[in-house]
Amino acid sequence: MSAVLDHHGDHAHDHAHDHPHGWRRWLFATNHKDIGTLYLLFSLTMLMIGGVLALGIRAELFQPGLQVVNPELFNQLTTMHGLIMVFGAIMPAFVGFANWMIPLQVGAADMAFARMNNFSFWLLIPAALMLVGSFFMPGGAPAAGWTLYAPLTLQMGPSMDAGIFAMHIMGASSIMGSINIIVTILNMRAPGMTLMKMPLFCWTWLITAYLLIAVMPVLAGAITMTLTDRHFGTSFFNPAGGGDPVMYQHIFWFFGHPEVYIMILPAFGIVSAIIPAFARKRLFGYTSMVYATSSIAILSFIVWAHHMFTTGMPVTGQLFFMYATMLIAIPTGVKVFNWIATMWRGSMTFETPMLFAVGFIFVFTMGGFTGLILAVAPVDIQLQDTYYVVAHFHYVLVAGSLYAMFAGYYYWSPKWTGVMYSETRGKIHFWGSLIFFNVTFFPMHFLGLAGMPRRYADYPMQFADFNALATVGAFGFGLMQVYFLFFIVIPAMRGKGEPAPQKPWEAAEGLEWEVPSPAPFHTFETPPKLNASATKIIG
Amino acid sequence: MSAATHGQTPYYFVPGPSRHPIMAAIGLLFVIFGAGQWVNGHGWGAYVLLFGLLWWAFVLQQWFRQAIGESEGGQYSDRIDVSFRWSMSWFIFSEVMFFAAFFGALYWTRVHSVPNLGDLENALLWPDFKAVWPSVAAGATASPAGIVEPFTTMGPFWLPTINTALLLTSGVTLTIAHHALRENHRGKTIAFMWLTVLLGLTFLFVQGYEYHHAYTELNLKLSSGVFGSTFFMLTGFHGFHVFVGMLMLLFITIRLMKGHFTPERHFGFEGAAWYWHFVDVVWLGLYVVVYWM
Amino acid sequence: MKTINALSNAASALRRQAMATGLGLAATLYTTAALAVNDLPGGPAVNQLDLHPPVTRIAAEQQWLHYFMLVICMVIFVAVFGVMFYSIFKHRRSKGAKPANFHESTTVEIIWTVVPFFIVILMALPATKVVVAMKDTTNADLTIKATGYQWKWGYDYLKGEGEGIAFVSTLDTSHRLMSDSGKPEPTDDYLLKVDNPLVVPVDKKVRIITTANDVIHAFMVPAFGIKQDAIPGFVRDTWFRAEKTGDFYGQCAELCGKEHAYMPIHVKVLSQADYAVWVEGEKKKLAAKADDPAKVWELPELVARGEKVYAANCAACHQASGKGAGAIKPIDGAAVVLDADKTKQIAILLNGQNNGAMPAWKHLSDTEIAAVITYTKNHWSNATGQIVQPADVLAARK
Ligand code: HEA
Ligand code: HEA
Ligand code: CUA
Ligand SMILES: [Cu+2]
Repeated sequence: MSAVLDHHGDHAHDHAHDHPHGWRRWLFATNHKDIGTLYLLFSLTMLMIGGVLALGIRAELFQPGLQVVNPELFNQLTTMHGLIMVFGAIMPAFVGFANWMIPLQVGAADMAFARMNNFSFWLLIPAALMLVGSFFMPGGAPAAGWTLYAPLTLQMGPSMDAGIFAMHIMGASSIMGSINIIVTILNMRAPGMTLMKMPLFCWTWLITAYLLIAVMPVLAGAITMTLTDRHFGTSFFNPAGGGDPVMYQHIFWFFGHPEVYIMILPAFGIVSAIIPAFARKRLFGYTSMVYATSSIAILSFIVWAHHMFTTGMPVTGQLFFMYATMLIAIPTGVKVFNWIATMWRGSMTFETPMLFAVGFIFVFTMGGFTGLILAVAPVDIQLQDTYYVVAHFHYVLVAGSLYAMFAGYYYWSPKWTGVMYSETRGKIHFWGSLIFFNVTFFPMHFLGLAGMPRRYADYPMQFADFNALATVGAFGFGLMQVYFLFFIVIPAMRGKGEPAPQKPWEAAEGLEWEVPSPAPFHTFETPPKLNASATKIIG
Repeated sequence: MSAATHGQTPYYFVPGPSRHPIMAAIGLLFVIFGAGQWVNGHGWGAYVLLFGLLWWAFVLQQWFRQAIGESEGGQYSDRIDVSFRWSMSWFIFSEVMFFAAFFGALYWTRVHSVPNLGDLENALLWPDFKAVWPSVAAGATASPAGIVEPFTTMGPFWLPTINTALLLTSGVTLTIAHHALRENHRGKTIAFMWLTVLLGLTFLFVQGYEYHHAYTELNLKLSSGVFGSTFFMLTGFHGFHVFVGMLMLLFITIRLMKGHFTPERHFGFEGAAWYWHFVDVVWLGLYVVVYWM
Repeated sequence: MKTINALSNAASALRRQAMATGLGLAATLYTTAALAVNDLPGGPAVNQLDLHPPVTRIAAEQQWLHYFMLVICMVIFVAVFGVMFYSIFKHRRSKGAKPANFHESTTVEIIWTVVPFFIVILMALPATKVVVAMKDTTNADLTIKATGYQWKWGYDYLKGEGEGIAFVSTLDTSHRLMSDSGKPEPTDDYLLKVDNPLVVPVDKKVRIITTANDVIHAFMVPAFGIKQDAIPGFVRDTWFRAEKTGDFYGQCAELCGKEHAYMPIHVKVLSQADYAVWVEGEKKKLAAKADDPAKVWELPELVARGEKVYAANCAACHQASGKGAGAIKPIDGAAVVLDADKTKQIAILLNGQNNGAMPAWKHLSDTEIAAVITYTKNHWSNATGQIVQPADVLAARK
């Protein structure tokens, strides 16, 4: 195991600065594990902030009539909830997972560019400050929806510019983070770790990083045009000068649709690690999983206008985007089937990671199906911009991305913290979340079918009951996340709990389980020798 | 790790803790905060912006100096060299996509929005608008709402063509420099690098003159409807990239003069060269679709 | 097609079942308003679980497609998760399951790629037909332009019976106040009641042309199966042929600023005869109401008229107090309003300001603009004594 262990203590060569302590360790971090932790804590914070905003929305919608906020503030809550969740909570969390796990899984000493890695992280802080701080600017936070459609954005106050700059910075952060991830994967795998032996989490991130690099600059372009339209007299989105508001939507969704897969592919990777571990059986159809992921990524570039069926496209446009969108069901289906085939005739146990993973498959698929229903253009005409869409994307984002992150947390936190979480508490968290999630978001399908538009501060009274139900669910779901924070994450951070063995899951595979728990500060400083399947260290 | 084995190149150099990233991030906080205030009419924002930029530039200088020190100190193995190659390629890909957004905007306005604004249906809203790109033909109003003053477009002759020649030449001189470096003719390399930088600078001057000409004589402005918007944003962002590329080449030249790089290993040089060629290719695209079509 | 009908029957059955469960749920839950509220015919029903009962062919097709999709998806869902749960119960370690060793099979991969491919095609075929039908806006009997304003709808009858009729349709003010109060009375058409509904004849192909004045809005009427964004500077269209008379409701379906939730759509479908009567009456009203733009007004008269215009158009943002709120500028004491040069304020009303944060009001008549300016110049603390005549506005329009 010599290659694996931190040589701390028995080698005099370790410089003091390699083991930084105190605040410098975090502020000046170049260690992928520390940076991963920073990312995860950041995103947890943003999840809480975004969640509180969501509760503001839900509180207002508890009953007809305006009780809690005025309509201006309501729109700000919706917009900021979306932005913070997407750019602050989900994306950085996956980058945090990538930072922690990718070097461990491919047998690399660190990320390819350790300082740039830290830069990617620290860029998030100014961005978050600007974004959250915009609530306190004159006129309040941006209130044009997370999609920031022109020309409504042209009417926003100064906070809109703060938001735009914040998103530029977050984009830069994502691009640098992605470059780091791609290079680490392509160039720093231990000898013997061929691409097709690499854990799927690395594969999904490789493809995600490619998507990020391809689309974040496009978003930057779109919001830059918004900025110049606002302040420098351009007419990109202003028909009076020959521009077109719908052009904004095309550019935005060219980013936006791949973006939703950016938020789900790493989740697929996490689930693909967990299912085999708890089914005690190798992942079924590894190769086809890789191809399916790639297909999803490629298709994701040609479906964007399914968000725009009601803008008035020509028939051919509607048909093309409808067909292309429906095709994505096929590779996604392949993934679902492979997971189930992995479980088939396995020897399953249901610790918390497995519960969340199975919960993920089940609930995500519901969200996938509603996506497919939305893809059918004539049906989408009825459902576009209603709560049906809100239901759809919370099924894929909360029960998809967020659940996978919970699964990943329970699966890998022993490695991160060196202590086991409490299985009972994990189960409480899972079942509580699952039930309250459905109480919150299932009724939204009905609201949407009945025609309740989204981004509404008040609604006709016939919608009252389901809204009340959703609000109750949302507070319950929120409480479960508070429980997660206080009874699971914080104790683990403080080292409370049983010491974790090096490999807490008997059938888990991968190099991360070849190092002690908690993972030492430095791992794989010299490349390890691997067995034939690149899952074990043999020298 | 890192300096673990002095004098000998580590397998993969991992830098120790560094204050540069967080300092750079703080600089950017000033940048975006200042910029946000400035565009909203608070003059002091400009100073905050400038301060942030200087801060940031200073941090970058420190950062790069350290990295160059590591590189020259022999810490960077071949594997790191490969990492640099990958990262530069992906970075350039991201830039390609950034320009794609603006080329896409040009395509959309020309092929969709302007013709739509002038079609029969839309006559309901803009009865007097005749859709002609670039909206300066006889009888055509420059914008549907008549908010754009008449202007003349920028043709390919002669400034843009001169600029094309300049950039193409600079590509050649850069390649000559590269060959010279590989053959270890340092003097020749440096001479041709200076020539390249100079060509880049000339390009920027010519473009500056072109803009001046546009504003003062053609009445072509950023606010000249969607033609002005796409024209200036595309050429402007390109010009900015030329500026950045020129800076890269300049720093590489200075490093060459300091004796950095060997005939075998000089990725700093090559990275800047890739970037320069990328900027060149974007220009060719612009030259065709913005000036000719 | 038989199977499909069976599917859709199954869907309705399922729906009825779900409805029953839903109602049970609602009864146990009951919050304040819901009990006293009744279904709104043509609008939402209490705890409605499904799309609106269709009133056009297209809406019926959409509903059918939705059932069709729903049933296929549910069947797949049950099949797939049936397998999963079977496995979860049978192949668990506590049941003594030993892990098998297989981990790939090209055959099954191909099967579960190809079969879904055919399912997707099966889904796309009927959808294609509907898309084509939906987009065919030719040969309309009646063409109406619907313009989205922040935050109301303007209707212009462009072609067909009723040509020339034009009016604006706004949410009933009392509903807006109820909403603000936080305790709205149980009202069946809460937030759906407008002053002037859009009136159309039954069984006629009505083409709706949408556009907008400021930001994007969307014209939606679920019972007709239409939803079309209204995009400033561009026209888009959609169509419907209502097969039933009655009142049908919809709402603005694209975020358009703070009052997005308060710009409902109410379509009244009348029999051919009633429609003709309505058109007659409307034409008479128009003739009677038309202001003579050449008329020279007295101050008090014009102020009184202006007060109405203000309440209907400006108060939503600038407040009845004229003080504005947040980013909205005050009018009371504003420099432009007090300025002796009347053209400044006229220009702002005609062209808007701040990128449309203050929208252009050029769709108001000269008299209305003159009146509202005169009103603001002579109300609250503004006592300029200035008077703006319609002729001044007309002059500024050129
Ligand atoms: C993680 C994020 C995520 C994911 C994975 C998806 C996945 C999908 N989405 Fe979703 N979507 C969003 C996030 C996401 N979406 C968001 C945020 C919005 C709203 C944005 C906004 O407006 O604010 C949105 C909106 C949205 C719309 C626009 C709705 C509207 O505004 O009118 C549409 C329309 O086509 C759509 C479709 C789909 C489809 C077809 C998939 C598919 O990828 C789903 C594929 C999966 C399955 C189908 C299930 C598993 C498959 C099988 C078991 C195989 C067998 C099945 C068959 C053969 C049928 N989505
Ligand atoms: C990316 C991920 C993501 C996540 C995780 C969530 C999570 C949640 N979302 Fe969000 N949502 C979006 C992405 C996401 N959302 C997007 C993109 C939009 C569209 C925005 C737009 O239209 O522009 C949207 C819109 C949206 C709407 C529609 C708003 C509208 O149209 O006006 C609603 C309404 O119910 C909603 C609710 C919720 C709720 C209740 C949660 C819950 O899951 C949140 C749970 C978490 C917490 C509650 C935090 C933890 C708790 C505390 C810190 C303590 C306080 C708690 C208590 C005292 C109970 N969301
Ligand atoms: Cu108009 Cu929303
Ligand atoms: Cu999408």
